[in-house]
This record gives sequence, structure tokens and C-alpha cells, in this order.
Amino acid sequence: MNDNIPTSGFSRRRFLELGFGAAAASALAACGGGKSAEDVAGGTSSGEKFTGSYEGPKVTLSYWTGFTGGDGPFMKQMVADFMKENPKISIKENVIEWAQYYQRLPAAVTAGKGPEVGAMHLDQLATNAVRKVIVPVDDLGESIGLSEDDFTPEVWQAGFFQDKRYGIPLDVHSLGMYYNSDQFEKAGIAEAPSDGDSLMAALDKLKSSGNDQPFWMPNRWPAHLMFLSLLWQNGGEPYDSENAKATFDSDQGVAALTWMVDVVEKGYSPKNVAQDSQYIAFKNSKVSVTWDGIWQINDLKAAEFPFALSPIPQIGSTNAVWANSHNFYITSQAVQDENKLQASKAFIDWMSKKSADWAGAGMIPARKSVRESAQVAETTQAPIAAEIAQMKFLPPVPGLGDVQAQTLEIAVADAVLGKTPPAQALQDAAAKASQLMEANKAKFGA
Amino acid sequence: MSTSAAERGAAGDATRIDEAALGQPSLPGSGRAARGRADNRAAYLFLAPYLVLFLAFVIAPAVYGFWISLHDYDYTLPGKPFVGVDNYLKLIDPDSVTFDNFWSGMRATGIFVLLSVPLLLVVPLVVALVMNSRFRGRNFFRALYFAPYVLGVAVVAVLWRFLLDANIGLVNQYLGAVGLPDGVAWLTDTPAAWAALVGVTVWWTLGFNAVIYLAGLQDIPAELYEAAKVDGANKWQSFRNVTLPGLRPVLAFVTMVTIIASANMFGQSYLMTRGAPGTETRTAIYFIADTGLRSFQMGDAAAMSYVLTVVLILLSVVVFWLFRERNA
Repeated sequence: MNDNIPTSGFSRRRFLELGFGAAAASALAACGGGKSAEDVAGGTSSGEKFTGSYEGPKVTLSYWTGFTGGDGPFMKQMVADFMKENPKISIKENVIEWAQYYQRLPAAVTAGKGPEVGAMHLDQLATNAVRKVIVPVDDLGESIGLSEDDFTPEVWQAGFFQDKRYGIPLDVHSLGMYYNSDQFEKAGIAEAPSDGDSLMAALDKLKSSGNDQPFWMPNRWPAHLMFLSLLWQNGGEPYDSENAKATFDSDQGVAALTWMVDVVEKGYSPKNVAQDSQYIAFKNSKVSVTWDGIWQINDLKAAEFPFALSPIPQIGSTNAVWANSHNFYITSQAVQDENKLQASKAFIDWMSKKSADWAGAGMIPARKSVRESAQVAETTQAPIAAEIAQMKFLPPVPGLGDVQAQTLEIAVADAVLGKTPPAQALQDAAAKASQLMEANKAKFGA
Repeated sequence: MSTSAAERGAAGDATRIDEAALGQPSLPGSGRAARGRADNRAAYLFLAPYLVLFLAFVIAPAVYGFWISLHDYDYTLPGKPFVGVDNYLKLIDPDSVTFDNFWSGMRATGIFVLLSVPLLLVVPLVVALVMNSRFRGRNFFRALYFAPYVLGVAVVAVLWRFLLDANIGLVNQYLGAVGLPDGVAWLTDTPAAWAALVGVTVWWTLGFNAVIYLAGLQDIPAELYEAAKVDGANKWQSFRNVTLPGLRPVLAFVTMVTIIASANMFGQSYLMTRGAPGTETRTAIYFIADTGLRSFQMGDAAAMSYVLTVVLILLSVVVFWLFRERNA
């Protein structure tokens, strides 16, 4: 973990950058060939308009992703296919676990050692845009032919920050309900539960057919995603419409968290389910039902046991489920080399058009036209893809992911572990979150 | 940061402590005055290589860090406004968001130090005493006890996270098999989580302290033990009167290094408990790393680091004084 320690030192690199960077900038400006400081910072534009293909000399692009799970091999294959078709562009893929990814990306790009192009989650775009890690890609959106009616409004909107597009959506992925189909059959459950009552009835049947604790309630990942889904189902919103205040401690929020705690208290789940253990137990057929991301499909298939995937049941008054989306971006580092910039655009363009292949990674293609293709209809996640209208995304607010990790996630964990009653846990966390959001607003000016 | 890195970092200080504790013989007054200047120059020449590194990688970053702590510092943003001591004031203002988080982190660090340091001083000493006696397979056992120390914190923590899982872990499985309670939430409830974190840390790092003790034990002249034997001392008495005094400089070093290493605990709780339950096992360094590297609030993180540093310096002074006083 040594490499995670703040590199707060007055490093030589920084020293050189300050000195020579300034000299170089003025030299370039004198030649008249350089970009303005604002261009380099990615404030206004991202190079020449993309023409649809790459015509420059051979380049190598650094490409960062966080596809460490069952989705990794598919991305690798797609990258290989791209290089075969585009011999001029070679792609060096660097895969980093998402949690680490967002920590390292700003540092690497600031130091000029980051990627030119990569994929990140929708809810991180605003944070990285405001930090000038990534640059607008409006022209790319146009040339690829992205149009609003090919997307659900939420995915489309969330790609914009301050009226500029920063991400080209690749996929949509949500929470889903996995269940052990053998155990369902044994318990005499004919179809996947679709609401609160049928879920409880199914759990009771599973209990009486030998599985004492069929639905383990996690306290960490993906507990907060379950909470958000239930909050939306109850008609609540985690944050107010101006994104200035946390509202996840509303009655709807308390009801959502209480439902989760009740699963433990009514004995469907053991107490103290530590991180990942509900998932490992599911893989080992100790747990019959678990809610997790659809990107786990390939990992579960590799475990070779009978499972099925269905949308999470509607517990609340409306149907809703937490979702996110992987988006391609271009960094401010790429902008400094016109060839790399154009090559990055060609790469994203190609990948976006092949997003049907990406469905093999367990994801749902973001574009409606691709989503409705036969290739997607045959996948395990097809029943989830049909529910895309119910998917809810977190708003594009800089720094929000971090606020949530410090507040909402801890409140959910505390309540599920039985440390704090749901209402109190949420109230404390929401107060703290509002304070942090206010500070972020001042800091990012957004 | 891993514990081992802190230990290695602190090893530099150790030599100085050793010398101070042993009391270096000073040169006769007259000769010293005459040769003082030339001696100094040679000394500085020899020190130069390390001094350069020390200045560049310890002093300069420390000064820069202090400067950062006076700003609202986010390296990804163009503006880094000067805020004076605001970042420090936030740490003593109960209404600020960082106040609770930081002091609960300090509390967690304190608990961990209190629980782990005594064990890390005593258990390795026992191990070293056993390893210092003659028996078959001694080298094998020496290697065995040191082995966990070569593992990285990530390996150790992930390994134990699965072993200690309340519902699917091997530890509870075995406890149940021999009729003990099998529902202990090692990772999600206190005090069990503290037992887990301390236990794992002791298992992991005891080899390091044991090796240093062992070196110290081998430095104690055999004649002293013989003399004690002749005087009719039993095992305990010779341990009390020969071994312990002989180990004093080593003990001072080990105590200091262990306190610093324990106060820097991060990886274990980051990977094993994620700070659970709630933020109870989130240590100060854990929160500082989160603040500085995840939220990029480096000003706040630097200020907190300085507070932690001051506390550690004070603690070191106390330890240093304790070991010196008995020497005088």
C-alpha cells in the first residue's frame, strides 16, 4: 500500500514542471504553434474536429479501465480486435480495480503518466470534468451519431456537465436478483418473485425446504445500492433537485433501510454478514437469493452452478433499480498530442459501434438500437435489459461519490449491523452529507 | 502505508537511540578542542550522501506538507486558496465534519496501540528466548516465526479476512467443531474486531521484533550468566538481572519502533474490516488517506498528519525518557 501514500512532497518533477513548464509554454506561444493554456487544460475544446477515422502516423495509446471481473476478458478481446483492424494504433490496456482507479487517475493524468483514453462510471464524469482530468467530447458524440432518442433520458443527460458532453456511454448496468434455480425448484417456487410479498413467500418456502437463512443481507457493497434502489422504489430521492442537500433520511429512506434490517431481524439473514461473504456463500449454494450487479454474470457462470437472474422485486410503490453506466472519456493528457487525440477518438468511435459484443461481458448496451438486437436478447441479462426504463442513476455532481462513501454507506452498514436504528443512522449521515455537499459546492463552484 | 515500511523508516532513528542509551565515551577535552574543526568536516563529508537524501525526501516534503496544511489544497484544481490555520481549527471545532471523523480515528489508533504494543513487546521476547536456546531444528523454527513478516499487508489481510469471516470463515468453523461459540463477528463487531486486528498484526510482525531481540540476546556475554550461576541465581533471577538489563537499549528501540508502527496501522483495518462497525476501527492514518487521496482534501489531510506527528513525537519523548531515566 506504500504507493497510496500522498505524494505531497515537493518533488523534482513538480519543481521542473514549474520552471521549465513555464519556459516551454512561453516558447511555444512565441512560435505561434502551441495551444493556448486553456486548450491544454481542456477548458474549451478538445482538438480538431474528429473526421471519423485516424490518418496520422503510428501511435500507442494508454487505455485505463477497471474491468477486473468477469467483464475483463471481453474488453481484452475487443481491444485485440480493434488493433487488428487498425494497425496504426496500438492500445496498452491497464486494468485497475475501480476503487483504486478513481484515486489514481487524477494523479496520473496530472503528472502526464496517465491514460489518453479510458472508461469510467457515469457518476464520476462530473468529478473528473471539474478536476480537468477529462475533456469535452461533443464532436465525437456527433460523429458517432449519438442522438438523444437512442438513449434513456437519464443516461443521456448524465453524460453532460455544464452543457458539455464528457462521456460516450458504452453500457448500462444495474443491480439484479440472482437466485439458485435448483433450490427454488426444490422449494416449489415456480417463478422469480416480483414484489415484496412474493419475495417473502419465496423466502419462507426456502426456509421450510432446508435453507434456514436464504437471503444474506450485506452491510457493505452492494448494500448501499440496495438501499438506493429501495429508496427510489418508495418514491424518495437521495438528494434534492438542486443537489445541494442530502434527503436520503426521508420517511421513504427510513422505510427502505428498515426493510433491509428486517430481513436480518426476521431471521432470513444471519447477523454480521462481512464484505463479500453473501456473494461467496451464494456461489457455494449456501445462500439462495442475493442482489448484486449484473456484471457478475460471467463470474457466476464460471462457478458452474444453476442460477438465474431476474430484476429486483418491487418492494415499494413504484418500480426502480439503481444503475450506472460505463463511459469512454479522453483525458487532458491526450489533448497535448494531436495524433494521440485523434487516435483516441477513432478508438472510442470503434468501441461504441461494437457495444453489442460488450453484452457478452454481462452488460446492457447503452444504445437502444444495439440493445434490441438479437445478440443481446439471448443473454442472461436480457430480462434486466427490458427494465431499462426503471433504472435510476445518481446525479452528475462533482465529489458526490465520495460524500456518499463517507455518509450513506456507513449509515447503511451501521443499521444493517444493528448498531444504530435506521432513522437515526440516516439522519446523522444526511446532516453530514449536506455539510460536505455544501463544502464541495464552494470548492468546485458547480 | 504498511506497518513494515514504518518500521524500516524508523530503523534510521534506532541507531541514534542506541548510541544515546549506551552513552558514547567522549573524547578528552583538550584533544577535542584542537581537532574539532577538521573532525567536523570529515564527519559532514561522510554524512553528505545520506544528508542529501534526508533533506530531499524527508525534510523538504515535511516542510512542503506544512505549507499544504495551510491551504485548501486540491492538486487537481487551479485554485489552492490560503486558509491559514483553518485546517487545524477544524480539528478542534466539534461542529466541523472532520472533527468527529478525525478524533474517532485517533481513538481507534490509540486503542490499537494500547492493545498491540504490549503484546508485540512480550510475545516476540518469549519467542526470541526460546529461539536463543539450543534445540534441534532451531533454524527451521526461526525461519518459521519470521516467515509471515515477509508477506505484504494485502496478502495477510485478505487471507485473514476470509479465515475470520463470521459466517463462512474457517476460524469460526473450527471453534464450533470443538464446542466453542462459533458466531463471533470478528470483522464487523467490537471488541471482536480489535481482537482480530491485533491478533493478525501480532502474528504478522512478531518475527521482526523477535529477530531484533535475538540479536540483542546474542550480544549479552555468556560470562555474565556464568557469574550469575556461580552466585546461585535461578533462571528467573538471571533473566531479571542479566537478560533484561542487557536488552535495555534494544528494548528502547523495539518499544519506540513498535509504537510508531502500531500508530501507523492502516492496511489491516482498510482491508479486513473496512473500518467496521461503522467507523469504529477506522484508524487515523486510514481517515487521513481517505481525506487526502480519495477526497483530495490534501490541506485537511496534511493538518491531521501534523497533529498525529506531534502526538507521536511527544509519545516518543516519553518512551525515550522512561528508558533513559533508569539508565542514569
